[in-house]
Amino acid sequence: MDFKPLLLWSDILLWAMVAGCVALAFYCRRQDYLRRAWRRVGESGVAMSSATILAAFVSVGLLDSLHYQPRLPAQEGSTEAQYAPEVLSALDALVADLRLNKEKTYSAPLATHAFAKETMERDGVQTRDYPRLKWGGAHLEDVAGRDSDLARRAASGAFYGLLLWAAVVGVAVGLMALARGAPYGATCRTVWQPGTAATRPIAWRAVFATLAVLSVIGGITAAWAAGYHVFGTDKVGQDVLYLSLKSVRTALLIGTLTTLVTLPLAVALGLIAGFRGGWWDDAIQYLYTVLNSIPGVLLIAAMVLMMQVVIDTHPEWFETAAERADARLLALCFILGLTSWTGLCRLLRAETLKLRELDYVQAARAFGVGDARIMARHILPNLMHIVLIALVMDFSGLVLSEAVLSYIGIGVDSSMNSFGTMINAARLELSREPVVWWSLAAAFVLMLALVLAANLFADAVRDAFDPRFQWRARRVVKKVAA
Amino acid sequence: MIAYIIRRLLYAIPILIGVNLITFLLFFVVNSPDDIARMQLGAKRVTPEAIEKWKAERGYDKPMVWNAAAPGVAKATDTILFDKSVRMFALDFGRADDGRDIALEIKSRMGPSLAIAIPTFILGLFVTVSFALLLVFFRNTALDVGGVVLCVAAMSISGLFYIIGGQYLVSKVWNLVPISGYSGGLDAGKFLILPVLISVVGGIGASARWYRTLFLEEINKDYVRTARAKGLSELRVLFRHVLKNAMIPILTGVVVVIPLLFMGSLLLESFFGIPGLGSYTIDAIGSQDFAVVRSMVFIGSVLYIIGLLLTDISYTLVDPRVRLN
Amino acid sequence: MSGPDVRHAVEPLLEVRGLIAELDTPAGVARAVDGLDFEVRAGETMALLGESGCGKSMTAGALMRLLPDVGYIAGGSVKLAGRELTTLTEAQMRESRGSDMAMIFQEPATSLNPVLTVLQQIGEVLATHRGLRGAPARARALELLNAVGIPDAARRLDEYPFQFSGGMKQRVMIAMALAGEPRLLIADEPTTALDVTIQAQVLDLLARLQRERGMAVLLITHDLGVVARMAHHIGVMYAGQLIEQAPRAAFFTRPAHPYSKLLFDALPDAARHGRGELATIPGSVPPLTTAFTGCRFADRCPQAWSRCHDEAPAWHEAGEAQRVRCHLYDPAEAARAVPLAAVASQVAADDRLPRAQAPLLSVRDLKVHFPIRRGVLQRVVGQVRAVDGVSLDIRPGRTLALVGESGCGKTTVGKAILRLIEPTDGSVSLDGQDVGSLSRSALRSLRARMQMVFQDPYGSLNPRMRVGEIIGEGMGALQQGGDGVAVARLLEQVGLRADMADRYPHEFSGGQRQRIAIARSLAVQPALIVCDEPTSALDVSVQAQILNLLGRLQRDMGLAYLFITHNIAVVEHLAHDVAVMYLGRIVEIGSVDQVLGAPRHPYTKALLSAVPRADLDAATLPQKLAGDLPSPADPPSGCHFHPRCPRAQARCGTDAPVLEGRDGRQAVACWFAD
Repeated sequence: MDFKPLLLWSDILLWAMVAGCVALAFYCRRQDYLRRAWRRVGESGVAMSSATILAAFVSVGLLDSLHYQPRLPAQEGSTEAQYAPEVLSALDALVADLRLNKEKTYSAPLATHAFAKETMERDGVQTRDYPRLKWGGAHLEDVAGRDSDLARRAASGAFYGLLLWAAVVGVAVGLMALARGAPYGATCRTVWQPGTAATRPIAWRAVFATLAVLSVIGGITAAWAAGYHVFGTDKVGQDVLYLSLKSVRTALLIGTLTTLVTLPLAVALGLIAGFRGGWWDDAIQYLYTVLNSIPGVLLIAAMVLMMQVVIDTHPEWFETAAERADARLLALCFILGLTSWTGLCRLLRAETLKLRELDYVQAARAFGVGDARIMARHILPNLMHIVLIALVMDFSGLVLSEAVLSYIGIGVDSSMNSFGTMINAARLELSREPVVWWSLAAAFVLMLALVLAANLFADAVRDAFDPRFQWRARRVVKKVAA
Repeated sequence: MIAYIIRRLLYAIPILIGVNLITFLLFFVVNSPDDIARMQLGAKRVTPEAIEKWKAERGYDKPMVWNAAAPGVAKATDTILFDKSVRMFALDFGRADDGRDIALEIKSRMGPSLAIAIPTFILGLFVTVSFALLLVFFRNTALDVGGVVLCVAAMSISGLFYIIGGQYLVSKVWNLVPISGYSGGLDAGKFLILPVLISVVGGIGASARWYRTLFLEEINKDYVRTARAKGLSELRVLFRHVLKNAMIPILTGVVVVIPLLFMGSLLLESFFGIPGLGSYTIDAIGSQDFAVVRSMVFIGSVLYIIGLLLTDISYTLVDPRVRLN
Repeated sequence: MSGPDVRHAVEPLLEVRGLIAELDTPAGVARAVDGLDFEVRAGETMALLGESGCGKSMTAGALMRLLPDVGYIAGGSVKLAGRELTTLTEAQMRESRGSDMAMIFQEPATSLNPVLTVLQQIGEVLATHRGLRGAPARARALELLNAVGIPDAARRLDEYPFQFSGGMKQRVMIAMALAGEPRLLIADEPTTALDVTIQAQVLDLLARLQRERGMAVLLITHDLGVVARMAHHIGVMYAGQLIEQAPRAAFFTRPAHPYSKLLFDALPDAARHGRGELATIPGSVPPLTTAFTGCRFADRCPQAWSRCHDEAPAWHEAGEAQRVRCHLYDPAEAARAVPLAAVASQVAADDRLPRAQAPLLSVRDLKVHFPIRRGVLQRVVGQVRAVDGVSLDIRPGRTLALVGESGCGKTTVGKAILRLIEPTDGSVSLDGQDVGSLSRSALRSLRARMQMVFQDPYGSLNPRMRVGEIIGEGMGALQQGGDGVAVARLLEQVGLRADMADRYPHEFSGGQRQRIAIARSLAVQPALIVCDEPTSALDVSVQAQILNLLGRLQRDMGLAYLFITHNIAVVEHLAHDVAVMYLGRIVEIGSVDQVLGAPRHPYTKALLSAVPRADLDAATLPQKLAGDLPSPADPPSGCHFHPRCPRAQARCGTDAPVLEGRDGRQAVACWFAD
């Protein structure tokens, strides 16, 4: 085999979450009220286009979560396969061009020349000039032809993008026609027709339109990336587009894995405190008030510092640098989870207090239904919408937190690609003349796209599941940090 | 009402003890002082003697919770728990790694922190509440929809970009104010204006949207309909009836952070080089100065608890139902 | 009482012509008010009568031009004293609101601003419309509070709404409405949220103020009794339209529209006592998004024929000043028999159950106290005596009605009997078995013998469970095997279709939900069902369906009911025995004929006379009961009722009377009972 698959802990958890989401989707299909609520989300064009953008991010993140170690060239005399210590992912393999074609140092987006002058010898004379890049535009005979080359590549990229899009949409509509048992043409029309208040169809139009935009952008970017650094290069000459793509996984992991800690804590404790009352309630309330009184960033900082000590004093635990960075990322998620369950717990406790007085709970009691069963059948299903909304609403806050924490130095491992480390590395270069802006711009654009889509999607989910319930934008870190 | 406040006050004590205990566990039990010494000294210089010396310098060489060797009361007091945690109740924070007294440092850094935090707080509250009221006044119009979209977009941008973008545009491109730095007295204005503005702008999105939902919630209440049936103008309904009632939930979110203003802002102070408590904390985190981080955690919690108390008291001021019951 | 002749002599103050109001709902445009024509004259009370969802509150909103954000006036004209309101600018309209016309609302608890004092809220009107501020405003506000009968008004001016009781809040609302000296007062269900003795006070107050001030009142209500007591002229609304207009006398002697007639027949009262079936109106009000072609009531009308479905009826004269929108009154249809045969089938009275039978349920000296905690350490400083020594018996197959006003502890009694609330003291025994001493597991088997049906049909069914699961839950919990067949049988037993088991509660109307709740309690084949106000959240026509169902189940299965209610009419209809509760104690208990026919306790008398009756004698002044219900946390000494009792003497304030009956008459707890 040419490679050895490697499952990092975060990969396992992430794929487990994907499996969980699929299971949840099947569960939702069977539960009438969940299906109706999700349908309302589906009717919203904004929600569906946000979901499409999120799906694009998620696919990048998932590709980046299939890790392997490539096999080293067989050494003489050794029959045992040797694998590189470097851990790569499927994404790395896909964009190997971006990963491997490094420059010396900074270069602007789509540039053909380096950002800084160098002394070089031309025709035997020493001059200071901008050298040509090793990769960016290296295929050009004459740099003056760059613009026309870019235009040509953009046109073909857009064309292939649209072609791909048409194929995808064609197949999707075909599947839909099959599922509905309707003729292809009729399905096409219903999908493209705007819905009325009465019919309220799922907003496939929005999905396809967003896909079209994404395909065009993706096509152009891919076409350019084949010959240029689309977002330029950073200080050590790495392609910024590559770094941005790698950062997506980190952001997704922080935004989702944290909930693995938050949810069980918040749901179990909130439910028990609200339902049991008395001594349980006092103890749980005490616990979350204490945790809540420590300002978020400081608690996270203290915990992360302590975690660093543990990791630093036990280097023997980790075989590769990737595993160490991974452990640190997981620990960060764990810490973020530990510090952010209190808000949801309080909400769930309050709601449970209300629910347990409702007549249908009383009716169940009148039948002698046990506490555990009442909690499972009557309370928990009526809390699920709050849990779900909290989950999607927390996501964007957590992604933003990562950037701030990494900036402060208590985020992910500095060797790990993330938006925070990108911003942190780039912000000092703003004082250069001319300004090195592209790393920041790339992080800004991708983060904005991810967080805005997540926020819009969360809004739609909240509206669909519970229009009346009050939601507050809870930001773990921003409260004190900004 | 006084009984209520006393009760809240009494409730604060076990919480503070809890916070203190958590910090103790976090800083001394999760990692032993030996571990910390080993890490701070670095791999090269780790000898048992160096570790002992490092611990002795910082008073980490005592037993954790019980000093059997010490005489009398000192059995309990001559310990890390007492020295490092219990003493914090008396605002005795000990010394930082650079040997300076933490309490003194905190005292001197409070001023600059407040100089940013207070104007930010007041201006921010005013701007966001006004903006939210404006959106509510024009509810169900394009202006409202646009405003909400703007809010969502604004809250989707990381705080870091507001700071970096603001510094770049205002200080570098337009050259209006110094990019960073601080001085005492009236001069401070030119250093403060940008961080304050950035912080206000950065906070509008989330808060204004939240306040808007609060106002809308109130505006659908029966008593607002009554007020309209009296023939009051929409503005009067909004200011006298809606705002006054919506202030109650707003207060919970707002009053609690007032004491925390002392803590300053981590990001702003570090970006703008302002010698406040925020940058002090960041520096301490950067240099892994645990004594300072521990102190800041404790102070932050104390301030938060004070904030909770203030919230309770402010409730009694704005809500007659709490005041008179 | 102004007769029809007086009516035509005076110019109308309010003149509504072809008023249309619409709502933009997700399901489409709902025409909540569709072409309304009516007028109200000064000094006259016009009542708009209708069930929920008929558009009567939207009408009030449209008159005031205070519609929800999604609502708007789509046509027609509203003239107040000759001035067209629909075309006024918003600023002009504001001047009119609160001064020319004022409004009071259903929920006094939420209609007053909780953070402003009463003076501030009345002062706003005085400042806006009368230009009064400072001391003169205070003086005027004081006059107003006195006028609406608020005791100690000078002090209470500076209090906040939460410091007032429900009835007092409604008085404050009325004072606020009067502050602008309106010529038209719109009262939207002004007493629906109030207890019956308080309702009587507020209705009297409204009538007196109207007489004194010569105001026109537009009364919006669903309660025929309130209409009978207050209205001079009546308009019946159905699905956004007025379908009948009549003067009071004509309406109560011969209602013309089939719907009006059915409303009267669906009303339970003593006249049909003996557990006869009430008339019901099948189906429910059609959604207002419907595009109507024929008569809106045709689908539910027992007399409808093809014309009713095809052609919308025009107004026809049905008597002097009585107009009705019904084809039956079209002179061209004179051949059709107008009178409506009594739809209700009279079932033979089954009052002759053996009385000597041993009681099924026996409650002795039941007490439920809740601790009050105060102070720094939250010490128990007192007890709310929600139930303070209640004793009662229910025999198999019979119904005991537990009657009382809100806060008297009647619901707590019900829950304590089922041990949903742990009783503080006393005993409850079912079939001679002491419920209170049972362990949890032993209690479980007893659960099958006693069940409960709750008040709120929306809160009593778990929205996340299918109807089949809801009904099966009890069987499952009590190991009785809840299979599909049993569920289907139960559904059919309560008048639903078996295939509804797969649906969720939100797909059902209030009445259907209550049927499901009844099916759930029947699932375990109980001997006793505690019914906690099972019909108070329902419209009259739906209430009749549920009452009929309960009556039928009792006859068929020999069920006993503890029927908790505040609605005396319902008691008359279905109870065998009545217990009247006041502040945690039973003050009178006996058979329904005894207690309602010849009440002995002063409270029972006051309660009965306060109930507005849907007949022409209703306007006679009831025996008035002053004051509010005291708090059960601090009940008056001696007889709890003595501060409000017209007959109280010194002894009543010191010694609590014991419940006792003599000479075969009902037991009563009063030193001076008849």
